[in-house]
Formats: sequence, C-alpha cells, structure tokens
Amino acid sequence: MDDFLAARSQMALSLGFHIVFSCIGMVMPFFMAVSHYLWLKTNAMVYQNVTKAWSKGVAIFFAVGAVSGTVLSFELGLLWPTFMKHAGPIFGMPFSLEGTAFFIEAIALGFYLYGWGRFNPWFHWVTGVVVGISGLTSGILVVAANAWMNSPAGFDFVNGQYLNVDPIQAMFNKAWFSQALHMSIAAFAATGFAVAGVHALMILKNKNVDFHRKAFKIAALFACLAAILQPLSGDHSAKDVAQRQPAKLAAMEAHFRTEKRAALVIGGIPDADAERVNYAIKIPGGLSFLAHGDFDAEVKGLDQIPKAFHPPVAITHYAFQIMVGLGMAMLLLSLLYLWALWKKKTDRSWLLKLFVVAIPLGFIAVEAGWTVTEVGRQPWIIYGIMRTADAVTPMPGIAYSFYLFTAVYLSLAGVVVFMLYRQIKMVDQLYDRPQGVKEYH
Amino acid sequence: MLTVVIIFLWASLLLYLLLGGADFGAGIIEVFTSRANKTQTRKTLYRAIGPIWEANHMWLIIAIVILFVGFPAIYATMSVHLHIPLTIMLLGIIARGTAFSFRHYDAVVDDMQHLYNRIFGISSVITPLFLGIIAGSTVSRHIDPQARTFLDAYIFSWLHPFPIAVGLFTVAICGFLAAVYLVGETDTPSERQQFVDKVKGMNILAVVCGGLVFLAAYWEGIPLMDWVFGHPLGLLGVLAASASLVLLWYLLLHGKGTVLRLLAGFQVMMILFVATYRHFPNLVLLKGGGYLSLLEHRGQDKTIQALGLALLLGSVLILPALIYLIYSFQKKEPKQAPVY
Repeated sequence: MDDFLAARSQMALSLGFHIVFSCIGMVMPFFMAVSHYLWLKTNAMVYQNVTKAWSKGVAIFFAVGAVSGTVLSFELGLLWPTFMKHAGPIFGMPFSLEGTAFFIEAIALGFYLYGWGRFNPWFHWVTGVVVGISGLTSGILVVAANAWMNSPAGFDFVNGQYLNVDPIQAMFNKAWFSQALHMSIAAFAATGFAVAGVHALMILKNKNVDFHRKAFKIAALFACLAAILQPLSGDHSAKDVAQRQPAKLAAMEAHFRTEKRAALVIGGIPDADAERVNYAIKIPGGLSFLAHGDFDAEVKGLDQIPKAFHPPVAITHYAFQIMVGLGMAMLLLSLLYLWALWKKKTDRSWLLKLFVVAIPLGFIAVEAGWTVTEVGRQPWIIYGIMRTADAVTPMPGIAYSFYLFTAVYLSLAGVVVFMLYRQIKMVDQLYDRPQGVKEYH
Repeated sequence: MLTVVIIFLWASLLLYLLLGGADFGAGIIEVFTSRANKTQTRKTLYRAIGPIWEANHMWLIIAIVILFVGFPAIYATMSVHLHIPLTIMLLGIIARGTAFSFRHYDAVVDDMQHLYNRIFGISSVITPLFLGIIAGSTVSRHIDPQARTFLDAYIFSWLHPFPIAVGLFTVAICGFLAAVYLVGETDTPSERQQFVDKVKGMNILAVVCGGLVFLAAYWEGIPLMDWVFGHPLGLLGVLAASASLVLLWYLLLHGKGTVLRLLAGFQVMMILFVATYRHFPNLVLLKGGGYLSLLEHRGQDKTIQALGLALLLGSVLILPALIYLIYSFQKKEPKQAPVY
C-alpha cells in the first residue's frame, strides 16, 4: 500500500469511525432530555429509568467520540501537513469556535452525569439540554470547516500564495449551510432509527416492555421527523452542489456528457471508459429538474472537466445511490409509523420488525453520504486550489500507521458493541423498577 | 491581539499540564498503589476527577487549535518531524479516555474491569511521557527540516536523552500533582496519610527526574543552566518554586487541601515559565541554529484577530461554567445518594 493511499485510508477510517460516535453523542442527549422532561412532568419512574439508561449510553459515546475527535485534530497535521500549513489560518475559525462549544458540552455533561440529586431538578435538566445544544453546535461548526474544503472562500489565491485571508468569510462559505443542515438531520435520523430499532427488538423479545415502549416512542418520533425532512434538505444540497461542484454532481449521477433535459440515473453500473451507465433506470429530464429546477436545463457532464480532475465516478455514484435509496426506505418507514400511530397500531410486530431491520440503515446512509462528499471532491483537498496528493505528509511508512489505527478502531468498536450488549442485558436489574417516589424530594 | 493569542496558548498549555496532568497523575498513582488500597484509591480518584475529566482534556485541543490556526508553520513542522511520538501520545489518549469511561459505565462488573484498569494505568504513564518527549524535542535542536534519511527526519528528531528525561520529569510532575490534589479529597486520616506519603514519594521522584533533565542537557550541550540561571527572572522563578516547595512540605502535615493545591500548581507554573520564557518568542529550536517563532511564523493579521476574539468569547462562556462545575463537586456528598 503506498503512503498516499494509506494516508487517505487512515483519514477515511478515522472519520468514518468518529462520525458514528459523534452523531450519537450529538443526538442522544436530546432523547435523554425529552425523557427527563416527561419524568419531571409526569413523575412516572419509567421515564427516569429510560433517562438514566440513555445517559450511560451518552457517556460512553461521548467519551469515544471525544477521543476520536482529538485524534482527528492531530491527524489533520500528521497526515496532511501541507494542507494545514495553508488552510489552518483560513478555515480555522469554525474550529476555534468548535473548541468552545465542545468545551461547554464537556462541562455540561459533567454537571448532568454527576449531578443527580445535587442540584435543583430543573437546573439539572437544563444542563442536559445544554449538552445537546452545544454538541449540535460543535457538529455544525466542524461541518462548516469541511464545507470550506468543498467551497473555498475568504482568501485570494495569487501565484500559489494565500493572500487577504478573511476567516469569517471562510466560515460562512457557500456550502456551509446546506452541508450542516443535511448532516444534522442525518444525525437525528441515523441515531433515531438505531436507538428505536434496539428498543423495538427488546419489545419483540417481550422484555421490560413498558420501559422499551416508552424509549422506542421517543426515539422513533425523532427519527421519523428527521427522515421526512431529509429529502427536502437533500434537494437543497443537490442544487447547491450542481452550482458549486459540477464535477461532483456529474460523478454522483454518472453523468458523462453535458446535455439539456438530462435524465436522472437510478442504479446501474457506470463504465468510465465507454462513458455510459449500463443497466440503469433513467427518468428523462429528472436530473435537470433536480439540479436546476427546470426539466430542460443543461447539466454539465464530466466531458466539460479535464480528465485529470475527474473524481472516481463508480465509488461516488454507488455511494450516492446507497444514500438516496436508504433515505427513501427510511422515509417510507416513517410514513408507515406515523400512519400506525394515528391508527393506534404501533404495537404490530411487523412494524417493530421493520424498525429492527432499520437499525443500521441511517448510519450506512451517513457513511455513504460522507463518501459522496469526500470522494466526490477528489482529486482536490481544497476544491480547485490544492490537490490531495500535494498535501500528504512526506513521512514514509504511513501504511503501518494505518494498520495500527485500524486495529485500534476495530477493537474499540468491538468493545463498545460488547458494552452496549451488556447495558441492554442488564436493563431488568438496573432500571426496570416499579413506580416509586420521586427521587429529588 | 497577538499577545492575547500567545497568552491563551501558554495558559492552555499550563492548564493542560495542571488539570490534565493531575488527571494522568491519578492513573500513575493508581499504578503505584498497593493491591490492598487499590479499590479505595480508585473510589477517591473517581469521585475527584469523574465530573471534570472530560473538561480537563479540552485544554490540549485548545492549544492545538491555537497552533494550527495561528501558527500553521509551527504546527506543520511538528506534525511532520514528531509524527511518531505524537501518534504514540494519541494512542495513549484513546486508550486512557475509553478505558476510564468503560470501567465506570460497563453495566456488568467482572474480569473485564482488570483489563480496563490495566489499560488505564499503562496509558496514564505513556501519554505524559510522550507529551514530555514532544516538549523536550522542540527545544533540543534535533528537529532538522533538511534531514534526508528516515532515521534523521523522523526518529532522531525526538529519540535523545534530553527529550526522554523531560518525558520522565513530566510523568513525575503529573504524579505529584495528582497526589497533592487527592490529599484534599480523602475522608479518613489513614487515607490522608497514604496520599501524603505519595506526595513525598512523587516529589522526590520529580527532583530526581529534574536532575536527569539537567544531566541530559549538559551531555547534549543544551544551555539549560543558562536558560534557568542566566537571567534574574529565571532565577526568581526557581527561588519562588523552591520556597513554595518548602512551604508545601511543611503544610503537608496539617495544612488545608486548597493551600497545598495552590502551592503545587504554583510550582508547576514556575517550571513552565522558566522552561519557556528564555527562548520566547521561539517555540521550536531547529538543528543548525534555525527556529520557529511565534512572532515571525504567525498567520495573517485577520486570522490572529479572529482567533483572539474567538478565544475571548470562549473564555467568557467557559470559565464561569468550569469554575462552578469544580466548585459544585467540591461539596462532598450529594444531598441524596445517586441511584447508580
């Protein structure tokens, strides 16, 4: 494995790992806060139990998310020093603010996790809400920094020099809003379906049904709302990408030739040499409409872009198809659930089984979406300015570093799954206690 | 605004050394605790650092962000030439952070705890060791941007007696800080005595390791003696640290936890001060007489402005909350025992 590929693989691995933990760490505090609120309002012990069980999950995921995030802040330099040397001062603003948001999250989490019985109940609840809000803020800021790589702004690039740096303008680059919105909603959908699915499984197994039913409902409502909103934000993103990064859109859609009334390509196997997609379903004018809101609009194809600057078409296309396909599946399941909720039929086992199947879907979609964003930007690390290959560290032997981190992340993932299994197994003994007195008094 | 940024950089390094250091030190102390006392020590340790440990480690992130936003050339050079020790330190951070939370949040208490404990202990030593090695390397003139071979560019940039001595010294300081911190967290006189003994042991270890740092510096021709004693301010720092050490030993017998902590913190602050001010504004001293300076290798003015503002805004939000957090958990027991 050559050093460049190893560096990219290590970065992809670290991000792919971190993204799962940060999504959960960002979203679960909201579930926890809702359940906590219901407990404070209704005094029903089961909500306190759900809150505490979830807060342990938050603690585990926060810890793993925090350390893997720390690793990333170093890896930016360890793997891409040339990029950071130039980009650091330009796109650093969201990172500086993210530090603050993340710090507040860590402090609030300290209050929340260790504050049971120490503070005024509503102050304690607010610290939990602050965990969620600051986590979400830090997520948005990190995505804003990534957006700058797709839509560089806030500097003049003259003869290889980065002049007239304006960090604020760089932060509010053209891509920040659409990317941050899409990612935040994705985090809610992915975490919601994963959590709801786990509780659905326990209901099906007929274990601690009251506890799991309450937990399921909170998570499922968040998940469904997010899954219904996501196509709207996706549409906004597609129009944005079509304008800013035509090469990425062309790769996503395997759109080789520039044309008017371009067809939307669903599925299929792209053949980059023959410049066509085999076995695909094509909707005439669909791509033109999605990208520009007009069935007859011209959509730029890969033929307009020099070959050296083509992103890997197959990977981007497949990843995009996976993301959209899973997004649609989650949308359908959401509509089904809301219908069942309206008809008061949410306890049907087929519905719960569908939720169990949906456990990994959101996260697969998140990973696929990131693949589209990152692979679709290649060969650029700063779109149109710096090539990824020119940014990599000069140090040889990165392959060993990649193997090492792969081993670390795999074992960490293994331990986390093992621990979650044990948490769920222990629900009877730890949380499923009968109605009791309110603890604060 | 540059001054603000530099002050924040220095302060976040100091706070990481103090708070993160006490945190690492707690793990080091655990390694050096007899089997019979381990459970109690672990309990005291958890109660003391549990609520604040996530926050302690934010200081490192703040320092790194300041470095890559404000002083990108310095960050890039360190990332390239100190890749290996940085990676080892990172592995230590991953192992330690996860082991700490796993051992407290695992729903089942069984043999896995031994594994978590062992990983926690080992990584508590390795992380500050390599942190110290990295700090030592930056001033020992071993980093050579012109290096051609793998060994010269990536190994001998840090693998030398002086950085290693600084690493050992850092470990000892962390142990010392944690022991002092924990003296104030104990419940019984016998447990207090146990930690008082640890303070003494760690203090002696720190003095020995400090001696090693001077020996290694002498051997490698690093003008450490001149940096420390060659300027009235350095001398003053050393004298102040020594005086506070004498006071600390005296108060160790019957003093209050808070005063001890302040004294220990003051000593570490003086050590960091003496270690950094003589080559300020240079942060990295390169082979062949070159250097990377906080003044010459900084980002453009607008970047520094924005960074300074972000830091000021952050500190207004963070510091009161952090102080209230630490204050809240000083009050020993919750009104009612938590259900966990």
